[in-house]
Amino acid sequence: MENQKIISPNMLKSFFFENKVALMFLIISGVAFWASGMTTVMFFNELSVRIGRDTFLVLSLLIPVVAGLGLNFGIVIGAMSAQIALFFVVLFGGSGASGLFTVALVATPIAILLGYLVGRLFNSMKGSEMIGGMIVALFAAGFYQFFFLFFLGGIVPIESRMMTSSGIGVLNVIDIGASPSYMRQALDNVTMLHILTVAFWAMLVFVAIMLIVRLVKKQAITMKGPLSIRRPIFALIVLAIVYIASGFGGMAFVNGFTLWLYQDRLNALYALWWGGLLAALLMGYAIIKAKVVEKSPGVPIKPIAYLVIVIIAFLLSLWTPVYTGLENVGLPVLTYLIIIGLCVAIKWFLNTRLGQNMRSVGQSRPVATAAGINVDRTRIIAMIMSTVLAAYGQIIMLQNFGVMNTYSAHENVGLFAIAAFLVGGASVAKASIKNAILGVILFHSLFILAPFAGANLMDSTLIGEYFREFVAYAVIALALVMHAWQRKKKRKAKENE
Amino acid sequence: MSKPQDVVKSEVVKDDFMVIVRKRIAAFGLPRIIILVAFILMFVLAGIVGMNLPSFFGDVLRRWGMWGILVLAMVPSIQSGNAPNFGVSVGIVAGLLGAVISIDLNYRGAFDFITNPALHRIAGALVAIAIGVIGGTVLGMLYGMLLNRVKGSEMAISVYVGFSAVAVFNILWVRIPISNPIAILPGTGSGLRQMINLQDDFGDAFDSLFRFQIGSMTIHTGLLLLFFLMCFFMYIFMKSKRGMRMSAAGDNPTYARASGINVDRMRILGTTISTALGAFGIVIYAQSFGFLQMYRGPLMMGFTAVASVLIGGATIRRAKVFDVLFGAFLFNGILTIALPLSTQLIPDIPGVPEMLRLIISNGIILYALTRAKGGR
Repeated sequence: MENQKIISPNMLKSFFFENKVALMFLIISGVAFWASGMTTVMFFNELSVRIGRDTFLVLSLLIPVVAGLGLNFGIVIGAMSAQIALFFVVLFGGSGASGLFTVALVATPIAILLGYLVGRLFNSMKGSEMIGGMIVALFAAGFYQFFFLFFLGGIVPIESRMMTSSGIGVLNVIDIGASPSYMRQALDNVTMLHILTVAFWAMLVFVAIMLIVRLVKKQAITMKGPLSIRRPIFALIVLAIVYIASGFGGMAFVNGFTLWLYQDRLNALYALWWGGLLAALLMGYAIIKAKVVEKSPGVPIKPIAYLVIVIIAFLLSLWTPVYTGLENVGLPVLTYLIIIGLCVAIKWFLNTRLGQNMRSVGQSRPVATAAGINVDRTRIIAMIMSTVLAAYGQIIMLQNFGVMNTYSAHENVGLFAIAAFLVGGASVAKASIKNAILGVILFHSLFILAPFAGANLMDSTLIGEYFREFVAYAVIALALVMHAWQRKKKRKAKENE
Repeated sequence: MSKPQDVVKSEVVKDDFMVIVRKRIAAFGLPRIIILVAFILMFVLAGIVGMNLPSFFGDVLRRWGMWGILVLAMVPSIQSGNAPNFGVSVGIVAGLLGAVISIDLNYRGAFDFITNPALHRIAGALVAIAIGVIGGTVLGMLYGMLLNRVKGSEMAISVYVGFSAVAVFNILWVRIPISNPIAILPGTGSGLRQMINLQDDFGDAFDSLFRFQIGSMTIHTGLLLLFFLMCFFMYIFMKSKRGMRMSAAGDNPTYARASGINVDRMRILGTTISTALGAFGIVIYAQSFGFLQMYRGPLMMGFTAVASVLIGGATIRRAKVFDVLFGAFLFNGILTIALPLSTQLIPDIPGVPEMLRLIISNGIILYALTRAKGGR
């Protein structure tokens, strides 16, 4: 169906209508950039940091929207679980990137438990999940404060540099970057060589286990059909070639490629070019497949649109200010890879049986019940997933900051993530990965620029700060209003029928 | 023959009694009982550790009056079917604007013709209230029109409309042309302070009216009288024809419409009164507190007001003036006693009242939300 559409003025109109918030943000950000007097280098640097820091959290909002729970204001609780886990891992001497992975491991059960409880709660207030989410986040904050202010040290004696001088309660600010934690940007700073080595060995073990399982179960090892192992084998071969070229992770020999892999940041300009080239090849393949192999009628609009975007991006990158801006920006490789991995995983998940169930629950609970889906259970699973992902997102955020404000780091997590998501075009009932990524870019552009623009235009950074705060609130208010409005209209239309 | 029947009968009566007790408890709500018991226990505990109970009780009464009108603002909102007004901060910022203008007028000497210091203060407060209520009425009407378009999602939207209003006024506070040096940030020439001291303006205006002392207990008569008066007015209004219509519109819109009530207008009326009371309430709050809390100060006040009326026994759909009196007293009682009691018992822990406030207020709202599902 997608391929049979033909470009028409109507489509352009609906494109602008559907993306009106995003377009508005683009214009405001453009004006703000002009007014701020920032250089592109500064701007892109700040933006690339913020994309790495926030995208994961925004993506954690996606699944509840799909499952019909609306915008999950309760992700704050996921953030709290991450902070609790972080405290204990630092307490027991965890450090560096491995320490952060331990934090994720410890945070998972906490987030699962809390997500389950919130899911139960939401099931008892269907239709009021969003206000419930806002309130339950504050409710949990009370217990969180009790835990950190009183329980730790007051009831369980703890000796640590993180405690207040009286020994009861945890300090306001925990420095996780200092010795002996060394967690500041520990994920961002993992070198490509490390990532490659781990990826290669992990893939090798994965393929080996897969083959053993197949042998034990006496299943055919085939390159064709639904049981094909073509993809893992292909991935392993590619990884192996790159791994060997790097001199077995720099252990056998060192060449220019190895030295390049010793970096932990990827030049944004080259990343854009190589990524664009890859995307262009994939899109070209899709177009050829559609027109030549499958001979489907009409114009394959989606690939062509993406191709056009890639070409525009490439041309833009040749423009001097953008070129110099991108050239001086390094993208933290592992963080970005994790985000891409999450996107792929979500996309995969939504096509599994459970993911499809969530969609049907989101569309209509009575229909889903009639189809034999356990609605309450599905909704709880969606909440658990969202809470766990939010916990991971908060870990990424905190490692980038390098400090944890014990009592306030979680406070605005929900607000900013949701506002960004909505700016990207998500709504209460419909959202996609694209909304999350676009939203983070647009929302944080304005966030970076507003104080500078305010300082230049109105001689006060405070105005810019309050303005961006207003934007975050107003975007959410507007999205909620639009949703309620449309729902009312739909209900009226149904009554008239 | 008759004997076993009697036994059965008495058992039935016994059962009925238990059922009634259980029903009463269910109707009153377990969380409310917990809060009430906690309050009584804390009170007793405070007596045991030797705190000055009368002085403490005076404080509770004062805070009761301070918050009272803000809590009262929930009644018209709930009764008209708009759910608890989390966005009462729309009215609060209007009240703050009135207060700031009153302060500036005072600095320019507008009230100089009144020589009596007590009357001078009251004049300042009345001007603040007048401007605030007018602003609140206008904003409230707009806000009410918005809420009419989003029936069924009022609560989530009112939270963010309230936040947005606070943020818009934050920008105004930075730029507002006020010359009173007490109000503006020192050294900058523009932009209001976070906290504006009301000592030389209308601070204590109503608190000091007919204030008297019984032993160590201070009774702020003016403040409490004003609160009771407003409650009385609200009670009269709710019993009036218009008030009854408003309640009917909120209770059963379809039925109300059938009997010729303009439901949308009644809903706007409810929101407008609520918002105007928010403006009124913040001036009363500020004169008692002694400071105007600008910028993010009013951000979460709506939550506290909502929680208070719910603690008093209101639901998302129904609220009485009694709920305001009872809820505001109980909630403020607990919070007032928590601070001195916690500093006495566990001096090393800061922020116990804040913790309690978060847990109690949001706990009761969650409870009310889970109860509300039958109504929808």
